[in-house]
Amino acid sequence: MPDWLPRRRAKNEQAEDAATWSKCPKCSEVLYRRDLAANLWVCPRCGHHFRMSAIDRINITVDGDFKEIGAEVLPGDPLEWVDKKKYAAKLAGDREKSQLSEAVICGTGKIGGFETAIGVMDFHFRGGTMGTVVGERIAMLLERARELRLPCVIFTASGGARMEEGMLALMQLAKTTAAVARYREDGNFLVTVLTDPTTGGVSASFAFQADVIAAEPKAMIGFAGRRVIEQTIRQKLPDQFQTAEFLLEKGHIDMVVPRPDLKAMLTRLLDYAAAGRAWTAAS
Amino acid sequence: MNLIVERERGLLELEKRIAELREANAAQSLDLSSEIRALEEKYSQIQREIFGSMTPWQKVHMARHPNRPTASDYIAEFTQFDELHGDRHFRDDHAIVGGFGKLGERAVMIIAQQRGRDTKENLRRNFGMPSPEGYRKVQRLAHLASHLGLPVVTFVDTKGADPGIGSEERAQSEAIAACLYEFTIARVPIVATVIGEGGSGGALALSIADRIIMLENSYYSVASPEGCAAILWSDASKAEEAATRLKLTAQDLLQFGIADEIVPEPTGGAHRDPAGTISRVLKNITDALGELASLPAAELKEARYQKYRRIGAWQTERLETVKTGP
Repeated sequence: MPDWLPRRRAKNEQAEDAATWSKCPKCSEVLYRRDLAANLWVCPRCGHHFRMSAIDRINITVDGDFKEIGAEVLPGDPLEWVDKKKYAAKLAGDREKSQLSEAVICGTGKIGGFETAIGVMDFHFRGGTMGTVVGERIAMLLERARELRLPCVIFTASGGARMEEGMLALMQLAKTTAAVARYREDGNFLVTVLTDPTTGGVSASFAFQADVIAAEPKAMIGFAGRRVIEQTIRQKLPDQFQTAEFLLEKGHIDMVVPRPDLKAMLTRLLDYAAAGRAWTAAS
Repeated sequence: MNLIVERERGLLELEKRIAELREANAAQSLDLSSEIRALEEKYSQIQREIFGSMTPWQKVHMARHPNRPTASDYIAEFTQFDELHGDRHFRDDHAIVGGFGKLGERAVMIIAQQRGRDTKENLRRNFGMPSPEGYRKVQRLAHLASHLGLPVVTFVDTKGADPGIGSEERAQSEAIAACLYEFTIARVPIVATVIGEGGSGGALALSIADRIIMLENSYYSVASPEGCAAILWSDASKAEEAATRLKLTAQDLLQFGIADEIVPEPTGGAHRDPAGTISRVLKNITDALGELASLPAAELKEARYQKYRRIGAWQTERLETVKTGP
């Protein structure tokens, strides 16, 4: 096991001590954080799925070891970006806050016994936006998965392309697409799990290029953000609009899976793919 | 209001006066040549002042100029064009125009974003903002081109993909993602030209290409300057600053290695000499296709993969500020 996981766990417990209570943003129930964690960050009262950190997601999804890929790839500041704040300062703040070096963690590990390439995005780092590092790590993940002929599962959570990196961020849509295409055209299996929120450049690239697309309940998923649409059409959108359930009804995604059932579902999907692969190898 | 339209108003008046004087000069026996010369000098001086060194924000406005040549103006100069319609599922999106064509002698597939010139046409074309069915038409035509072995020539000119309710209901994300995928796996050469606005993912859907040509005053950006200002500054009036910071001009993108070549425009913009601009663009496309035609499909796809695989800027040294534990 890489050394960062246990150390992060220790850090998380400390953080939990500091903030013992959390309020459910949906039903306002005040929850003891340790109970919330034990319940997979799902509100026991109303079923609201809290946004999860990538570390926690890996911990509840992966059987044991997780070998990280691309951890050495770290953000630069190609445009020397400044808005109300410097990009460099925003990155430093996000590193501090999220204990992550970027908005995605990639690596390999087992899910239900199946060795899998796994990518997990984290909304707490720059709103999960995709800049060069996210694109690069996802591409590295898919290239490694192709090399090792592993199935790949990517959990998305993103506000879209990272504006602070300008066109270099937009080009990560092209980069991840190139990697997905090469991976899939070789007969490999990609699953994406869309979590709250998945919008913009991530939804318009690898999130919707997968063989199977699952989503968590009530996750906000779409191309344009809610605010942009409301400004364009000058009216309020219904609450259900752009939710996972809405997308399921419209036929955009394969399934909505509550978090407690997610690992079992992923395991079954990986099992189907393994069966298909065994037949392909034999024929 | 378009900044360029505003600024060129004075110039257009001068132009008119010069033309009138010329006419008078020719018709009557009066010699007005010195007045004409003086006016012409003033004209070119103002022209230099206005267009000598345009800021990124001015270029954004130039790219949006109502008289700027649109895709159909370029397509009209192809030796042949046979339009293909629809996405086979829902509707024919008029923000996308595509079909078989011939550029000189070469058979190609043309796929373009089409904005309107006036309000009526803009309503029909949805201001050049494609809906999912438009992107599905793009995907279908790119697939057909790859299937038949015809190179793809695209013209990019959009503020962005349509952000409406219907577009979300019909999976705008998936439609764009599918275009990116189709262009990535196409076994034929793809040459994309940004003729006006290159608005984010909606533009990228037509421009994963082996060669990207940009007009001198076109722009290509991760987000519109207005959108970027609203999100990062929470202040739409910062659009001009955003335009500068986003590094969205053709010249910036050439430096990033995203654009491969720039086609110069006449002083005052492409609309001052549409025919000349269009013929220069078509010449560059023809040359690019000529170079790409000799590459075997596998090599072409590998080069395209490597090109996009490389783009980005990051560092690999461990930053001191990254603490992974206590």
